[in-house]
Amino acid sequence: MTAPRWLTRALGLGALAFAAAAAIDGLWVMGPTAEQGDYSRLLVVHPPVATLAYVGFGITAIASILYLWPRTRRREWDLLAGASAEVGVVFCGLTLITGSIWGRPVWGVWWTWDARLTAEALLFALFLGYLALRRVPASDHVRARRCAIAALIACLDIPIDHYATSWWQTLHQGSSIDLLQPDKHLDTAHNVGLGLGFIALGLAFAWLVVHRYRVEQLEARYEHEALSIALEARHAEGRVEVPA
Amino acid sequence: MWRDAALVAGKDLRIEARSRVATNQVAPFAMLVLVLFAFALDPDRGVLKQAAGGLYWVAVLFSSLLAVQRSAAIESGDRDQLRMSGLDPAGVFLGKAGAVAAQLAALEVLLGVGIVVLYNAHIASVGLVVAACVLATVGLAAAGTLYSSLAAGLKVRDTLLPLLLLPVAAPVLLAATEAWQAALGGHPGDGTQWLEILGAFAVVYVAFGVVGYGALMEEA
Amino acid sequence: MSYVYAGYGITFIVLVLYALRVLARGRALRRALPPDER
Repeated sequence: MTAPRWLTRALGLGALAFAAAAAIDGLWVMGPTAEQGDYSRLLVVHPPVATLAYVGFGITAIASILYLWPRTRRREWDLLAGASAEVGVVFCGLTLITGSIWGRPVWGVWWTWDARLTAEALLFALFLGYLALRRVPASDHVRARRCAIAALIACLDIPIDHYATSWWQTLHQGSSIDLLQPDKHLDTAHNVGLGLGFIALGLAFAWLVVHRYRVEQLEARYEHEALSIALEARHAEGRVEVPA
Repeated sequence: MWRDAALVAGKDLRIEARSRVATNQVAPFAMLVLVLFAFALDPDRGVLKQAAGGLYWVAVLFSSLLAVQRSAAIESGDRDQLRMSGLDPAGVFLGKAGAVAAQLAALEVLLGVGIVVLYNAHIASVGLVVAACVLATVGLAAAGTLYSSLAAGLKVRDTLLPLLLLPVAAPVLLAATEAWQAALGGHPGDGTQWLEILGAFAVVYVAFGVVGYGALMEEA
Repeated sequence: MSYVYAGYGITFIVLVLYALRVLARGRALRRALPPDER
């Protein structure tokens, strides 16, 4: 139960093609804006990775619920939850990095306790914990159930984080320059770039989740068959040593 | 459910009364954290006084890790017994979380005295302070009990639990600190929105615990 | 502009490296498992 090969190949090639288009638009066609000069080009990269991180964790949350609900419980949901979480963490890390890179020239600092960045950092920490929990060995169902519950506990925290950090920011910083300026200053090239970025990174995200899911499936099989594989190897050794 | 909760809470608190882990280990640890902060920060008491609210809650948070781990450790070996006893899982959750909350509350009073004395803090609005403590404690105890149960019995429990719990508890730290800063600074009006956040957190995690603890208690 | 290039570049490189890692792990697992329908 996984995506057919032609589809994943299409996803991969599509991602690369759109990435090229997005880069051309972002680095060439787009001009600098009034507020941020050249740095608004990062619009092509930062908002998409940020959104996709949330998509990744959203998939993990939904897959976790589907696993916990007895009527829909299937091993596949657990595998999907794990795969999506790992890809999500990668995109979350990229969000923090691109956010920081964007912030440095615009704000003058590598990091600031901006509501969005802070909430993003917490999100990263939450799902690193989830990934750590996934590696703890246990029987299939026990581990899957435990991780599913942990994923939901983490997800419940996300809206609270956003609430809290945005009130915290208004209290301490007033309004700093928002990285994402209101769109009246974005011209066509910018909007196109943003769209291309979303498509390119979205396709890449899908490709990664499919392949990571396949790895989860293989790992699951490996865990089951590891013992018989090892025994086979030992038997093979024994057979060779017997004189003809 | 409530009867089972009272039963479990009573059991946990009785065990605590006998073993005195909270009084002999967690409380001194909490006070030690306060003292260490004083060493780490400018001995000029001005800084400590300004940061008192935040330092207080960091100390509470670290102590809650210990309290919650202890709560789970009490059950080790007995997890099957608890499951087969026929007690309502929601009740077990409320009972364990309740016992943790009670211990945390006592710690918070102690720490509160500590920062007034050691950091020269001045509590202008006791009502706000108490409200923040109550809500934050309920939330921390609920989330902590959930996670410690999740990690119970795992060999990596002691290193994994902080990684799991602290990010989740971060908004509590944030909101409770802001509420306390408002109280310590003498402008309690600013504190109410933070109480809302603390309240929301508490409601969410108590509800999740009541509904989900049964799933956690299934065969370990 | 160097920040912009860095942003684009890091994003691309990280994703490519991660993709390679996922593919490599898949290949290693497939080799370790007995030959199969998939």
